[in-house]
Amino acid sequence: MTKRITLPIRDEDIKDLRAGDNVLLTGSIITGRDAAHKRLYELMQQGGELPVDIKGELIYYVGPAPAKPGYAVGPAGPTSSYRMDKYAPALMDLGLKGMIGKGARSQEVIDAIVRNQGVYFVAIGGAAALIAKSIKSEEILCYEDLGTEAVRRYEVENFPCIVAIDALGNNVYETEPPKYQTSSK
Amino acid sequence: MEISIIKASQVTATVQKLLMDCNYFIGEDIMDALKCAYKNETSPVGKNVLEQIIRNDQIAAQEELPMCQDTGMAVLFVEYGDRVCIEDGSFEEAVNEGVRRAYDEGYLRKSVVSDPVFDRVNTKDNTPAVIHTKIVSGNTIRITAGGKGFGSENMSAIKMLTPSYGEQGVKQFILDTVKAAGPNPCPPIVVGVGIGGTFERAAQLAKKATFRPINTHNSDSRYAAMEEELLRDINRMGFGPAGLGGNTTALGVNIETSPTHIAGMPVAVNICCHAARHASAEITGTGGNV
Repeated sequence: MTKRITLPIRDEDIKDLRAGDNVLLTGSIITGRDAAHKRLYELMQQGGELPVDIKGELIYYVGPAPAKPGYAVGPAGPTSSYRMDKYAPALMDLGLKGMIGKGARSQEVIDAIVRNQGVYFVAIGGAAALIAKSIKSEEILCYEDLGTEAVRRYEVENFPCIVAIDALGNNVYETEPPKYQTSSK
Repeated sequence: MEISIIKASQVTATVQKLLMDCNYFIGEDIMDALKCAYKNETSPVGKNVLEQIIRNDQIAAQEELPMCQDTGMAVLFVEYGDRVCIEDGSFEEAVNEGVRRAYDEGYLRKSVVSDPVFDRVNTKDNTPAVIHTKIVSGNTIRITAGGKGFGSENMSAIKMLTPSYGEQGVKQFILDTVKAAGPNPCPPIVVGVGIGGTFERAAQLAKKATFRPINTHNSDSRYAAMEEELLRDINRMGFGPAGLGGNTTALGVNIETSPTHIAGMPVAVNICCHAARHASAEITGTGGNV
């Protein structure tokens, strides 16, 4: 079954989500990856005010390719999430509701998801041209000098993703592969 | 001695085309393997992921869009004929100009930073390329170019095994590396393995192995058997498409080897995502005499 969620995501939506659910997101999300996370994190460490309000938001770990003429955005698939593990718990404690990326997360991030009743979605790595079809517009919010790594706002329509870690801490990367494992190697 | 004169602009145009083409058009070997995996995948989620990857690659080819936003760092394997003379410029400059044009005019992502530790400032044109040049006998330049994404590059590893590890030790290191990578390198992956040579030769061979079509085998039947066995063992790990569970974790395992030292048995494992991008061309020049 596919669940449809209109953003901003509500606590009730998150409560209903279970690891493994297929989800289509519609509304607005923000983007950020390595360099932007490093800047936001360092700013937080110094007690500064963030240039973007992350409360209640979902952040998509992506560095898009440039848009060809006639396209709203360029190909924009997820990047590996573990590189943001160092920064994610602090952002969640500040009110970030969830993340969209790909791949496994650290125990610290899983704990932060449970503590803050958040969610971790994954999009399909390497399906960038397909995923971009569900992104209708983009706007740069800050860190424009970072180019592809700038923080953007995307308006998405039926953005396809899967719940990888739910608010109870269930984790598809832990539960699913063993079901298909046929040797001890 | 007959030489051939190749214009720097020919090199630039060839590199530009190869890098744009490989980012838009997935190889037939990979597409065939994805379709075959789709038929055989037992996980419903895995099947769905494979279907989306196939659709994505079809959209990319039809609309001439990069299949993945990480259009990679440009890596080239060059077989440079010893009777080639470049006119109007240097070979390396010509290659980097081709990279610049491909990433600019082809709407590819610029993903290279100038310094690895301190500055990390984007060079804004995706240069410089990583160029592996082999001087060969002849009067043409043969180039295989690819865009290497770093989601999978980061999961690669090298180990200086010693001879007593034997075949089992080699296989175990390869399997351990794939297992440690788990869901992160965008499975189903292509595993490139370089065995032998020196530290850097093994790594270079592993990269070269990822550029070999996956419907081919090592010409030595013992390594070909190892490729098959490793592919089978990797697909028993259960990671599956996108790491969400299933029996398609890898599409192919390619091994390349080299003579090595009496004391050593280096093994490098270069992991490549399902967007295993590479394209080849041969540049011929006009005749001349010296």
